[in-house]
Amino acid sequence: MNFPANLLYTSHDEWVRKEDDGTLTLGITDHAQDAMGDIVHVELPEVGDTFSAGAPMAEIESSKAVAEIFTPVDCEVIAVNASLDGEEEQVNDAPYEGGWLVKLRVTDPAGLDTLMTAEAYQAQLG
Amino acid sequence: MGHPPFSTRHNGPREAEIAAMLDTLGVPSLDALVDRIIPSDLRVNGPLDLPPALTEPEALARLRALAGRNVVARSFIGAGYHGTHTPPVILRNVLENPGWYTAYTPYQAEIAQGRLEALLLFQMTVQELTGFEVSNASLLDEATAAAEAMTMAQRVVRKPDGRPFLVDHGCHPQTIAVVRTRAEALDVEVQVVDLVAADIAALNPFGVLIQDPSTDGALRDWRAVAEAAHAVDAFVVAAVDLLSLTLREGPASWGADAAVGSAQRFGVPMGYGGPHAAFLATTGKLARKMPGRIIGVSRGAHGETAYRMALQTREQHIRRAKATSNVCTAQVLLAVIAAMYAVWHGSDGLRAIATAVRGRAWRVAASLRAAGIEVLHDTFFDTVTVDVGDPGREEAFLAAAREVGINLRPYGDGRIGIALDETTTDDDVVTLLGAFRAAVRPAEAAPALPAALARTSPFMTHPTFHRYRSETEMLRYLHRLQARDLSLTTAMIPLGSCTMKLNATTEMMPVTLPGFGALHPFAPIDQAAGYASLHDDLERWLAEITGFAAVSLQPNAGSQGEYAGLLVIRAFHRARGDAHRTVCLIPTSAHGTNPASAVMAGMEVVEVACDDAGNVDVDDLRAKAEAHADRLAALMVTYPSTHGVFEESIREICEIVHARGGQVYMDGANLNAMVGLCRPGDIGADVCHLNLHKTFTIPHGGGGPGMGPIGVASHLAPFLPGHPLVDTGGEEGIGPVSAAPWGSASILPISWAYIAMMGPDGLAEATRLALLNANYVAKRLEGAFPVLYAGRHGFVAHECILDCRAFKAVGVEVDDISKRLMDHGFHGPTMSWPVAGTLMVEPTESEGKAELDRFCDAMLAIRAEIADIEEGRVAVEDSPLHHAPHTAQVLLSPNWSRAYPPHVGAYPSETTRRWKFWPSVSRVDNVYGDKNLLTVLPDDA
Repeated sequence: MNFPANLLYTSHDEWVRKEDDGTLTLGITDHAQDAMGDIVHVELPEVGDTFSAGAPMAEIESSKAVAEIFTPVDCEVIAVNASLDGEEEQVNDAPYEGGWLVKLRVTDPAGLDTLMTAEAYQAQLG
Repeated sequence: MGHPPFSTRHNGPREAEIAAMLDTLGVPSLDALVDRIIPSDLRVNGPLDLPPALTEPEALARLRALAGRNVVARSFIGAGYHGTHTPPVILRNVLENPGWYTAYTPYQAEIAQGRLEALLLFQMTVQELTGFEVSNASLLDEATAAAEAMTMAQRVVRKPDGRPFLVDHGCHPQTIAVVRTRAEALDVEVQVVDLVAADIAALNPFGVLIQDPSTDGALRDWRAVAEAAHAVDAFVVAAVDLLSLTLREGPASWGADAAVGSAQRFGVPMGYGGPHAAFLATTGKLARKMPGRIIGVSRGAHGETAYRMALQTREQHIRRAKATSNVCTAQVLLAVIAAMYAVWHGSDGLRAIATAVRGRAWRVAASLRAAGIEVLHDTFFDTVTVDVGDPGREEAFLAAAREVGINLRPYGDGRIGIALDETTTDDDVVTLLGAFRAAVRPAEAAPALPAALARTSPFMTHPTFHRYRSETEMLRYLHRLQARDLSLTTAMIPLGSCTMKLNATTEMMPVTLPGFGALHPFAPIDQAAGYASLHDDLERWLAEITGFAAVSLQPNAGSQGEYAGLLVIRAFHRARGDAHRTVCLIPTSAHGTNPASAVMAGMEVVEVACDDAGNVDVDDLRAKAEAHADRLAALMVTYPSTHGVFEESIREICEIVHARGGQVYMDGANLNAMVGLCRPGDIGADVCHLNLHKTFTIPHGGGGPGMGPIGVASHLAPFLPGHPLVDTGGEEGIGPVSAAPWGSASILPISWAYIAMMGPDGLAEATRLALLNANYVAKRLEGAFPVLYAGRHGFVAHECILDCRAFKAVGVEVDDISKRLMDHGFHGPTMSWPVAGTLMVEPTESEGKAELDRFCDAMLAIRAEIADIEEGRVAVEDSPLHHAPHTAQVLLSPNWSRAYPPHVGAYPSETTRRWKFWPSVSRVDNVYGDKNLLTVLPDDA
C-alpha cells in the first residue's frame, strides 16, 4: 500500500495536500479505498459551503459500506472533483491523483497541526 | 387417541435423533442442556398459563368458527381500502403457495431471481402509473409511506428546520394521524389545511402532502398548489390510488416530487387492514434519499442479466442511526401479488376495470342527484360523497344501507362516503340506491375526465405485461419465477436472527378464508366479533409468553414495534414531566434497526461498548447511564444477545438503567430462544417487541409481511397506540403507528393457530429443540470453523457464529462460502453480522437431524476446498469457491476451461446428484448494479 511522504493524514483515513497557494486538497487514503471496496457513489458538498473542523462534509459509498469524510480544519469548499460522477473508480485506482475529492480554503488553520505524517499514519494502521 | 400432537409435526428432530444429538454434545438430557445455557435465576417455574394444545383439525374448526363470527358485508367505505378480486391463479399459486411465501428477503440474489423479477414488475407498475423513474419494492402501508415521505422531504429540502409540513385536509384520516405521530416525535409541526385555499407562501412549509383522489373522492388539478409549494422550495408528496391512475395522468406530470400509496386493490384482500404493499416513488436523482428496498438490474459474472437489491448503503443495517428509515421487513409477498395482478390484466385490462368502476360510481351519483340528494363533487373516480344535511339523516341512511348488507363511510356531520370497486356489481348498485330510496337511472358511460386530468401517456408497456393472458401461460410464468427461488420447500434456510421455521399449512389456511380476508378495517366493530375474540386470545397469550401486562397488535414489523415501543416510553416520561429524558443507550452489538428506530422516535443515541465475549460491557453501561442519568430515556438491548448468548448480567443491566430513571426496551428478535423457558418481563424489561414472522410462524413472504406487536409492563399500558377511527389502545395512547388499528390483522390467525396447536408444553419443547439444533451444528462445525461466543458452560443459544476471518488471508470471503452453499442447494447463513467476516447459523427447531447433517456436510466440504487453497493444492482463482454459484449454462459451455471438471461445480455432494436446485444466474455484480441504477426489466427479459 502506498502512502506518499509529501501528504498529511487524518485518523479518519483522509489525506491532505498543502498546495503552494495555501489551499488544501483532500481525498481518502489507499488503505481506506482498499477497505471500502469498489466505490459506487460519492456525495460531495457544493462550492462555497463552509465547514468547521471535525464536521462531516462528504460521503463515499461502496456497494457494502458507507464512510463519511470529515473536514480537518475550518474551511470553505473552493472546488469539488466533478469528474468522479460516473467514474467513481478513480477513487480506487488513483486515490491520491484523479480520485481527489475536494479543494479547500482554510479559514482557521487550528487543527492542521494534528495531522499525521505518512510514517505516523502507517504506524497507526499497525 | 386420534391425531398426533401438532408439535410433533412442527418440530423436526425425532426421538432417536434427539438422543443422538445429545450424545454428540455429551449432555444427558434436553433439560440438562437448557440448564447449561440459560442462567437458572432467569427461568420460569413450570409451564406457561396457556390453553392445552389443539390438534390441527380442532384448530382449523375453531378458526373457521371465528371467521364465521365476522360478518362479510359489502363494504363501500373506501379511505384507502377497496374490494378486489384476487385472480384465482394468483391466489392458489402465489398467496397460498409455500414456494413463494416461505422465502426470505432476497439478499442472496442468485437464488432469488424469480421474486426479484416480480418486484421489478411491481416497481415498473408504480413507476409508470405515477410517472416517476424510481419506486421502491414496497413499504408497510400507505400511511407510513406518507410519514416516510415527510422525513425524506426533510433530507431533500435544503433548509427544513423550523418550517411546517402541510397536509391537505382531503387526506385519509389514518394517514394524517400516522404522519402526526411521526412528526410529533421529531418536533416537526404538522398543519392540516385546505391546500387549494391556503397561502402556501406565507406558511412556508418544507413539504406538502396531497391525496389524489381526495378521501371524499374529488379529483383535482393540483398544478397551482405544486407550483406554489415549489416557489418556497417545498417538497410535494402525492398520495395516489393506482387504479385511478390508469385513467388519470400520474402525479409526476402535475409537479409532485414523490408519490406514495397502497397497491392493495391490485388483487390483495382487504384483510381487516392488511397486509398490503405500499410504495414510495420519486425522481431518479433522489433515489439515494429514498427509504425501503429498491430492486435493480445488474449482470452476472458471465454477462447475463441479473437482478438484485440495489443501493443497500441507504439502509439501517449499514447506516444505523443515519439510515433513510428503520424499515427492513416490507411487504414482498403482497407486492408480488399486486405485480402479478398487473401482469394478468395488463394496461388494457386495468383500464377496463377502472372504467367500469367509474361508470358505476357515475350511475350512483346521477341516481342520487336525481333523487334530490346533494352530491359533493362533479369530478371523481370511484368515490361519491353525499351531504344529507344532518347527522340524524346520515345515521338513518347508514342504517338503511347496513340493513341491506352494505357498509358506507360515516362522516358524522351529515356526509356519507360511497366508494365502489372492482367487485361492485349492477345488483349492488340497485341495492345501494334502494337504501337511499333513489330510483336507479339507466347505466351510461361516465363523461371523459377533464383534459387537464385525463391520462394520455401509455403505461405498463413492457412485453411481460402483455404476454400472459391465458391461464395456462400465467400458471407457467408464475411457476417459472417460483422455480428460480430457494425457499423452505427446497432446503433449510439457516439465517441467523431470522428464525426460518416451519410455516404450517394449517396455520396458513385461515388467511384466505373470506371471513378473515374480506373485512374492511373500518367496518362497524360489531361485524368483527370473530377478530375481536382472536385478538383478545392472542394479546392474552403473548402477554403470558412475555411476562407483560398488555400487548398492542398494531405494529406491522419488528422495526415498527421498536419505534412504537420507544414512543410509548417517550410518552411515559412526558406524562411524568420528564420530557427531557431523550437519551437512548444502545450497545454497539445491536441490530442497525435499533439506532434507526431511536432516531425516528426523537431520541439521541449513545453507544455502549461490548466486551470481547460479545456481552454488554457493564462498566461502560454504568458509566454512560450515570453520565446521562438526568436525561436517560431507555436502553435497547437484545436478549439473548445478537451474539447468541444468554448474558448472565442481564438483570444487573436492567437494574442499572432503572436506577437512573430509564426504561428497558428488549429487542425480541431472538425470542425463539426464550419461549416457555424465560420471559422478558421477568428479567426486567419494560417493553419488548415480538417478531411474529420469526418466533410465531408468520411466513417471511420473501421479504414481508411481518408483524411486530409490543408487550409492555403495566405502567406503560396506558400509552399503547390508538387509532383515529377505531377505539383501541391505552387511555393516554400515543397516536397510531400503522394505518390499520390491528396492523396486518389477516395474518394474526397464523400466530393464533401456532400457539393454540403447540400449547404450553409444545412451545417450551420447540425452544429446547431450537437450542439443541444450534448447539449440534456448532459442535459438528467447531473443528472446521471456530465458533465465536458461547455462554459460561461453552454452549451457544439458538444460533451460532462461525468465524471465517482467517480465510481472508488466502482470498476466501464469507461471500464465497455462501455462494458455494448454493451449489449444495442451501441458502447461506447471515453474512458478516453481527461480526464482519463471520456466518451466523440459526437452524430453528423445525429441522431434523438429517437436514442439519446435510448442511454440516456441505460446510465441511467447503472447508476442505478452502484447505486446498490454504495448503497450496489449488490457486484461489482456480477454486470452485471463487466461481460459485455454477449455473447449468456455464457448466455446459463448450468453452469450459476451468482447472476443475464441471461435475465438481455442479454436484459437490451425493445428495445433489439425487436432486439438484440450480441457481439461475452466476454471481451477481453488485458494483455494476449500484453504479448503473436501473429499476425496470430489460426489453428482452
